[in-house]
Amino acid sequence: MVVVDDLHIVYRVYGAGGDRGTAATALLRILGRKTRGSIREVHAIRGMSFVAYKGDAVGVIGRNGSGKSTLLRAIAGLLPPEHGNVYSTGEASLLGVNAALLEDLTGERNVILGCLAMGMTKQEAREKYQSIVDFSGVGEFIDLPMKTYSSGMGSRLRFAIAASKSHDVLLVDEALATGDAEFRVKSHARIEELRHQAGTVFLVAHNLEEVEQTCNRVIWMERGKMVMQGEDVIGIIDRYIAASGGKPVVRDPVTGRRVDDRVPAKT
Amino acid sequence: MTDDRRLSAPGRLSHADDLPEPEAGGDAGVATAMMPAGSLAEFAFEHGLRPSAARPPVLAYLRQLWHRWNFIIAFATARNIAMYTEARLGQLWQVLTPLFNVAVYYLIFGVLLDTSRGIPHFISFLVIGVFVFNFTQRAFISTSKVITESLPLIRALQFPRASLPLAYVMIELQQMFLSMLVLFVIILVVGDPVTWYWLLIIPILLLQTIFNVGVGLLVARLGSQVNDFSQLLPFLLRTWMYLSGVMFSIATLTQVPARAKAILQLNPAALYITLMRNALLLSQRLSFPGTKAGNAVRCARWHHYSPKKDPASVMYDSAYCPATANPAHYWYYAVGWAVLALAVGFFFFWRAEAKYGRG
Repeated sequence: MVVVDDLHIVYRVYGAGGDRGTAATALLRILGRKTRGSIREVHAIRGMSFVAYKGDAVGVIGRNGSGKSTLLRAIAGLLPPEHGNVYSTGEASLLGVNAALLEDLTGERNVILGCLAMGMTKQEAREKYQSIVDFSGVGEFIDLPMKTYSSGMGSRLRFAIAASKSHDVLLVDEALATGDAEFRVKSHARIEELRHQAGTVFLVAHNLEEVEQTCNRVIWMERGKMVMQGEDVIGIIDRYIAASGGKPVVRDPVTGRRVDDRVPAKT
Repeated sequence: MTDDRRLSAPGRLSHADDLPEPEAGGDAGVATAMMPAGSLAEFAFEHGLRPSAARPPVLAYLRQLWHRWNFIIAFATARNIAMYTEARLGQLWQVLTPLFNVAVYYLIFGVLLDTSRGIPHFISFLVIGVFVFNFTQRAFISTSKVITESLPLIRALQFPRASLPLAYVMIELQQMFLSMLVLFVIILVVGDPVTWYWLLIIPILLLQTIFNVGVGLLVARLGSQVNDFSQLLPFLLRTWMYLSGVMFSIATLTQVPARAKAILQLNPAALYITLMRNALLLSQRLSFPGTKAGNAVRCARWHHYSPKKDPASVMYDSAYCPATANPAHYWYYAVGWAVLALAVGFFFFWRAEAKYGRG
């Protein structure tokens, strides 16, 4: 369960603007002749409030730069809020698309280390090992360093490691986007399972079909604020597609399923 | 350039209102659905929720850390193996690097600058200094980078972040064990015997490791928050090395006042080095200043020792010189530094626990 209460997140970007980061400007800064004009504040989340309950799978949609990933990082407790707060039960685990665990170690060691880091004992880690490897479908490449993996293989293995434990809150940031069709089916099943174990899942995806299939709630963000949220996943997604100028999805009037598969899923 | 442009700490709240509202039509009715009545903060506390970005209390944190011991060891071992996988000589470099260091220092200090004058078995003396200091130096340089290097791991999984600097110090300890084996061989070849004093290695290494963990935690937080720190650190460490009598004996300094000499001698690096030398080298124990009743004449003779004119036994006359600091207190200081470093370092690191993931 996650409560987000009037959350504001502000990034500070150093070296933005006219300061070109040369030695001379740095020296002027130290001498106090010039204030750090090069700091720019980016107000990434501007006052969001919502509650996600146990068993919810919440899809977060919005354009690039609307603050989706920032929201997830804040829920994971990685970004201290500027104002307001995020409350959650226990531990949140964030799966980002670029988050390799330890690149120069083999997949095998990554599995064991990941399990131990999540607080399993050696015994538990060994017991889970085979199921994680099977789930990830990495197969024979498991004894190669993780930096040699394709992005799809890497994210599959990471998802498999993180999903091997039941988390109170699981945050998935585009991590499934690179997986193949078979893996997507498996990961959806695993997310369902986590929901039934009273976990809360957040899913950021540009693939709206994926959100439709996986989530029971959806949050639509724009410029760090919430535009809409609710359980009418299909309705909100259709309005989002309309607002961003996409081609409307043809749906079966009864089931709400997409009728025409040729409509591109990505907007 | 690119380093300059990274995202950093969220700062002060501003421009909250000067950005336009989302242009897409908001629907207040939908947006407030599923919201409980009353304050969200109270609602959260009623359901036993905690702020995500809060650090656990000290004792709970220590308990979590204890539960991650397996992770710390496995992480250290894995890193240790991975570190040299790309080098053709592999883990042999763990031994070769300090040996090359010794060779360079021997050439410069022992031969060219003549700091070996008056020190019996100078090679053993030098190798111990280099290896012991190397342990601390490597520990600090690696822990200063540990948070940045492990950012993906930190972002993906929840675990007490102090595990990481702790693991990095364990890596260096494993390397130190290897160095010690080389050290034993060198000492025996140069000519000091094995004695029961060698057992003192265990408490010395333990204390030095505790000290390294403490300062390592401190350095890890500094390195993660102040970009310039890792640039500065090598210079700090080099200054420290030259002040700590790694390649010369602090007792031989003649132009330094006695008080300053005592301070140099009691700084943690010099202290652990000296304890190690006295434990491993009989020649050091016999020639250690202050171990014999003061004798100004014999002390002066040692200060002016010349390998060409004097018999080698004069090298041991440094024992008649006054002690730089009371040797009986060395162990107290060694324990004191370790405990102080651990307490300060741990507290300092723990205070920022919630912030390491933002990068």
